[in-house]
Amino acid sequence: MISSNSKVILEVRNLSASVAGIEILKGINLTVRSGEVHAIMGPNGSGKSTFSKVLAGHPGYTVTGGEVLFEGQNLLELPPEERARNGVFLAFQYPIEIPGVSNSAFLRLTYNTQQAHRGGEELDPLEFHDFIQEKCKIVEMDPRFLDRSVNEGFSGGEKKRNEILQMAVLDPRLAILDETDSGLDIDALRIVASGVNKLMTPDNAVIMVTHYQRLLNYITPDFVHVMRRGRIIKTGGKELALELETRGYDWVDDEYQRAADAHGRATAKGSASAAGAGRAGAASA
Amino acid sequence: MSAVMKAPDVRDEYLASLAPDTNALAGAGSDWLNALRAEAAACVNSLPYPTTHDEEWRFTDFGLLRKTVFASAADISPEVSLTDIAPFVLPESAKSRLVFINGIYAPHLSAGANLPQGVVMSNLAAGLSSHDAVIRAHLAQQLNFHNEAFAALNTSHISDGALVLIAKDTVCPAPIHLLFIATGATADTPQASYPRCLIIAEAGSTCALIEDYVCLNSGVYFTDAVCEITIGENAVVEHTRLQRESHSAFHMAYGAVALARGSNYTAHNIAFGARISRHDLRITQNGEAAQCTLNGLALISGRQIADTHTVMDHAQPNGQSTQLHKCIADGGAHAVFNGKIFVRKDAQHTHAAQQSRNLLLSNKARIDTKPQLEIFADDVKCAHGATVSQLETEEMFYLNSRGLSPLTARNLLIYAFAEEIVDRIPVTSLVKQLSKTLSEQIMEHT
Ligand SMILES: Nc1ncnc2c1ncn2[C@@H]1O[C@H](COP(=O)(O)OP(=O)(O)OP(=O)(O)O)[C@@H](O)[C@H]1O
Ligand SMILES: [Mg+2]
Repeated sequence: MISSNSKVILEVRNLSASVAGIEILKGINLTVRSGEVHAIMGPNGSGKSTFSKVLAGHPGYTVTGGEVLFEGQNLLELPPEERARNGVFLAFQYPIEIPGVSNSAFLRLTYNTQQAHRGGEELDPLEFHDFIQEKCKIVEMDPRFLDRSVNEGFSGGEKKRNEILQMAVLDPRLAILDETDSGLDIDALRIVASGVNKLMTPDNAVIMVTHYQRLLNYITPDFVHVMRRGRIIKTGGKELALELETRGYDWVDDEYQRAADAHGRATAKGSASAAGAGRAGAASA
Repeated sequence: MSAVMKAPDVRDEYLASLAPDTNALAGAGSDWLNALRAEAAACVNSLPYPTTHDEEWRFTDFGLLRKTVFASAADISPEVSLTDIAPFVLPESAKSRLVFINGIYAPHLSAGANLPQGVVMSNLAAGLSSHDAVIRAHLAQQLNFHNEAFAALNTSHISDGALVLIAKDTVCPAPIHLLFIATGATADTPQASYPRCLIIAEAGSTCALIEDYVCLNSGVYFTDAVCEITIGENAVVEHTRLQRESHSAFHMAYGAVALARGSNYTAHNIAFGARISRHDLRITQNGEAAQCTLNGLALISGRQIADTHTVMDHAQPNGQSTQLHKCIADGGAHAVFNGKIFVRKDAQHTHAAQQSRNLLLSNKARIDTKPQLEIFADDVKCAHGATVSQLETEEMFYLNSRGLSPLTARNLLIYAFAEEIVDRIPVTSLVKQLSKTLSEQIMEHT
């Protein structure tokens, strides 16, 4: 979906972040334009969810360097609710349960909050009822889930589906889907993926964190990034995901290390410490 | 237990000043009732005033009460109209309502119609002429007032109250609303009232009750209430108790419930109001295979104190009890929950589960929760758990990440926490009413 006149939605420059004093993200660079689908893959613990949550503004993570521009605006200075209202949406890897809050009331509250912010029309419960029925169709969600408490007692797959329903309601500019495919059965994966495809427009963009190629069979990425130890160590097209599926991650790492070493030797001449590209990059931030 | 250790000479002048004078006692009613009241008055005159030195009162200092002189409300009958009480009226109980103003029966506000033959819903004074024997057999029988100064005080004041009798195998089709209204700061002297409820559900009967304490005006007053419930074999009673007094009021209450074989009792105890409140509830399964469900919620803020003490006494085999009590304390409020479960030697195959879940909303608020299990039978299943938590960062973030402000997110989470209990109340209009109060109350304190 890349087109020549597409706008930059997200610009991540040399982003580093820590949690509980441990540095997790160590200089991430990423540019996302409207209409694009980016996949982020990488081993467990490499920092994919951390990156997602830092973008959404989780208070537990401290940004220690770099910058993030969302539609040209400094995203990092905004609290999470304002990021959301401006169009950032995170579909959680582990959506939480909120007993006592009905799903439909919650969806309406978030929708109307969003509308108030955008200067759009707010919906009363009746109007919202019709609106949400249509949205449910996108992810083929049984409307009975609307009467239950948010995610309470939902199966893993049902929770993921509910996340995409929220995406459908909030119509974000940038959706970050953190392992939305995990927990979905074969049919559900196809349905949810086709839901995401329906929500894609030339004006919005998606970052998908995933471990498996099968999601990418349904949602074709324009870029595939490999994250390892808090860095994006390789970026390729959709064929990279296929290659990762057969070869694993170690070769990417080896390749990266060799490049870093070469880069390190090159830059060492001008610097006392030659610890590699990432580190040099972080130090300059 | 603690009474044994008390010195004999512990008469408390303040307590004694609240007891009715002997002249008033003499001409009150039938001989047996006069004797009962005199006996209770004697207790009031000889019992100590509870202090935080007593184990059972460790967390709740009622000392503030004694700084105020209260006049017995019986002398005052302010005009209250149906319009005044409209906010509390429940459509479900439009024809099954007893209203008391400052503890005094208000026939013009009460409504009883279309109730089945087997249902007696009346004020106690009227009931005494028609149902003397059954009242005599039950009044002050479930509740031991000899060691409890405020239960004795209430008993010494009995002249009227609410009486509900559900005859054998009778199903009462509408919930019975016992509405106790305090007029608050209308009188020169702060008033004390002594509401009394006597509920008898005979074998095989079914009924729902709403025991409701409200106020028309804010202000300092004192409610000292007692409610006794006797549940016959296989009878079913669902009892909603609402304490929504003025935030300057004092509320002291005792409940005693006795269950016969195979009977079922469900309680919803909601406490939003009062400056200082205390609710002591003792439930005894006197018959086999009785079942109890106890839901509790205290939502307080500012300088409120709300203390709930429950005793679930499994005295017979095959009984069940499930209890979920929640406290939410904001500001400088202090919530207390003490939940005892006894499983007596004979009470084999008892299933008892108790959960105390608490939400602490400010670092100046305080919650003391104490589950206590005393098990004397060997083949039983008992579980209890207590948690005190703050609003979860992950929950807050989830809601913020959907665009909700921290304030909205906070209110929503508090509301949801409380609503789990409110939702269990079987009267739809009341759930709506309380949900509204709940959201107002939550908003007010943010
Ligand atoms: N609150 C925390 N305290 C300590 N360590 C943390 C915390 N949050 C994340 N981490 C660590 O940061 C690293 C990255 O975690 P993250 O969840 O971002 O990985 P991930 O790439 O999403 O992994 P997965 O594929 O398993 O979902 C892990 O080593 C994790 O243990
Ligand atoms: Mg992850």
